[in-house]
Amino acid sequence: MSNAPTVTDPDTANADEIVLDVRNLVVEFKSGRQRVQAVSGVTFQVRRGETLGLVGESGCGKSTTGRTLVQVQPATSGAIDYQGQDLTLLKGRKLRQMRTKIQMIFQDPISSLNPRRRIKDIVAEPLVIWRKGTKEERTAKVREMLEAVGIDPDAAGDRRPGEFSGGQCQRISIARALMAEPDLLICDEPVSALDVSVQAQILNLLADLKAKFQLTMVFIAHDLAVVKNVSDRVAVMYLGKLVEVAGSDDLYREAAHPYTEALLASIPEPDPDHISDHKALTGELPSPLNPPSGCRFRTRCPYAQDRCASEEPLLRELAPGHQVACHFPVGPLASGSASV
Amino acid sequence: MARRTKKTLEFKDVGTGSGPLLVVDDLHTAFRTGRGTVRAVDGVSFEVEEGKTLGIVGESGSGKTVLSRSIMGLLPPRDVVRSGTVHFGGHELTAMDESQLREVWGAELSMIFQDPMTALNPVKRIGVQIAESLALHMGMDKKESRSTAVELLRSVGIPSPEERVRWYPFQLSGGMRQRVMIAIALACAPRLVLADEPTTGLDVTVQAQILDLLADLQRERHMAVILVTHDLGVVATRADDIIVMYAGKIVERAPTRTLFNDTKMPYTRALMDSIPRLSDPSGARLDAIAGRPPDLVNPPTGCRFAPRCQYAQDKCRQSEPPLRTVGSPDHLFACWYPLVDGVSTAPAVAVTVGPTNNPTAGSPSAAAPSTGENDG
Repeated sequence: MSNAPTVTDPDTANADEIVLDVRNLVVEFKSGRQRVQAVSGVTFQVRRGETLGLVGESGCGKSTTGRTLVQVQPATSGAIDYQGQDLTLLKGRKLRQMRTKIQMIFQDPISSLNPRRRIKDIVAEPLVIWRKGTKEERTAKVREMLEAVGIDPDAAGDRRPGEFSGGQCQRISIARALMAEPDLLICDEPVSALDVSVQAQILNLLADLKAKFQLTMVFIAHDLAVVKNVSDRVAVMYLGKLVEVAGSDDLYREAAHPYTEALLASIPEPDPDHISDHKALTGELPSPLNPPSGCRFRTRCPYAQDRCASEEPLLRELAPGHQVACHFPVGPLASGSASV
Repeated sequence: MARRTKKTLEFKDVGTGSGPLLVVDDLHTAFRTGRGTVRAVDGVSFEVEEGKTLGIVGESGSGKTVLSRSIMGLLPPRDVVRSGTVHFGGHELTAMDESQLREVWGAELSMIFQDPMTALNPVKRIGVQIAESLALHMGMDKKESRSTAVELLRSVGIPSPEERVRWYPFQLSGGMRQRVMIAIALACAPRLVLADEPTTGLDVTVQAQILDLLADLQRERHMAVILVTHDLGVVATRADDIIVMYAGKIVERAPTRTLFNDTKMPYTRALMDSIPRLSDPSGARLDAIAGRPPDLVNPPTGCRFAPRCQYAQDKCRQSEPPLRTVGSPDHLFACWYPLVDGVSTAPAVAVTVGPTNNPTAGSPSAAAPSTGENDG
């Protein structure tokens, strides 16, 4: 591999190399005459080869963050450094070229595939757009990729998306995303529309492909059990802000933010003797048009105090690699560190 | 809210005696399609007692939704072949025509659909949609039904219901819409509610809220609930009994705790194992079930799960296992080689453990203890 010393060469890359460095990302939308912040200053890094999980409820800004990473959605302010280049500053062909390295998989696999086109054409599209390879080479690559995702290219190639189940369509979208040989894969709720049995197949497939193609992943979902399964680190998002970032096993064992605790508690465990100590979160996500002062979670937080309304808690390190944005963290890490 | 002045089908009198509230007997529902006859529900029998919760679990294509629609009588008018009987509160639903069913729907038997956005009328205020059935079944006038609608919205946890009653569905979030659906379903105090994937598509946090709400209302009103879902986790702590469906048939039925602690059918076990657990270390490989449910135009002979079953024997592929019991009469299963303490009784099992499962991360799935080690 030494004859091709590109920035993406995994052999020369440091394992701790930061592939994606998101700093103070803000994304605003117009809502009538007002402006609404979907993402309000999010900072995180993704290291080469790792999977970062991004978890939160609908409306927390996780999908917007994901879409901004591929620049389908422009950032209002902040920087997204991908291998040293700020994606928010790229335009035109440069941006398009960079996007081949960052691919996305969407939640609804059936509607993300063109219903009128044949599977083999859908999957070949990235190569056709970039005029890569001869026709034969493309055909061979399509076969290889379909096989890699567990779709029989002979049986499926000439058929159209409508003839496939949700799980199979998701496999096909994964094949398409991998055709451009990306380094970074953004998965936006890739399994939330699928049955648990199919979900397990797709999660395993993503793990296999990640190893096979040396991918770095950002995995966005609302189900912490799913996110925990696939991720090395997890970032928990609430109303446009990160509230906790930790290694996924640490996050489960030592959840420090009350919101993370609530997310963990709401997962239905397949065990009838599971004693649900869950304090079901009351209420819903407040409107991002008018977010609560101080800590944004305080309106639903069982531990909220006066300070939470007056002073916004910043993301701080509670233990090595474990950040939390809370004045009064809970769990095993809380002792001694409360009220900093 | 137990006033019922107008319509009279006299359910209360018939059903309050002994015997189950709902008796489904040998129900078959098939659809004639261009490709052939799809046997979506193929000989299903079960009962639901008053006030109890039954979970019906299966993958997409297992027939669980067609089953719930067949019970309701909500099937397309053409190209449907249905046989078997559905006794509900002493009445034979399968023998009733639509106008008769309309008196039952909403009043005695109601349904909560998966997608509240498409189930609610987008151009009617939610208050009007709730009041509709109150006027129809309970003979309430406009003012009365309006104030009852407000109370119902309050009871399903919608904040400032006096104001929200005039809102349209699009103004509400998914979770709120599902609460409105529940309010509509419960408006006339039905005795049985069929909830078909009521929380699929909702956030886990909202899912927990909605399921808790349903359980609370059920307790208050002593309703029976059939909870249809693809996720065993959803019914594990909420159902009294669980039916597992596969390819149009019941493959296992047991009281919830028995189903989890003494799983007999490998398919049930496989469904449990495919759920990612918080207590597993991150990156743990999931025990996915390979393949897909069979095409119901031409289901496999023998056990329908055999093509995907890691323990399948020749006998499984040749003859269909009957729904039977061993020991406990409430625990039914359809398997020639049922699991005993999580281990298959099929002959060749000792040699091959989980051929499709991971070669990397050790522990064979089938031998995993059924109760997860939750430090919950």
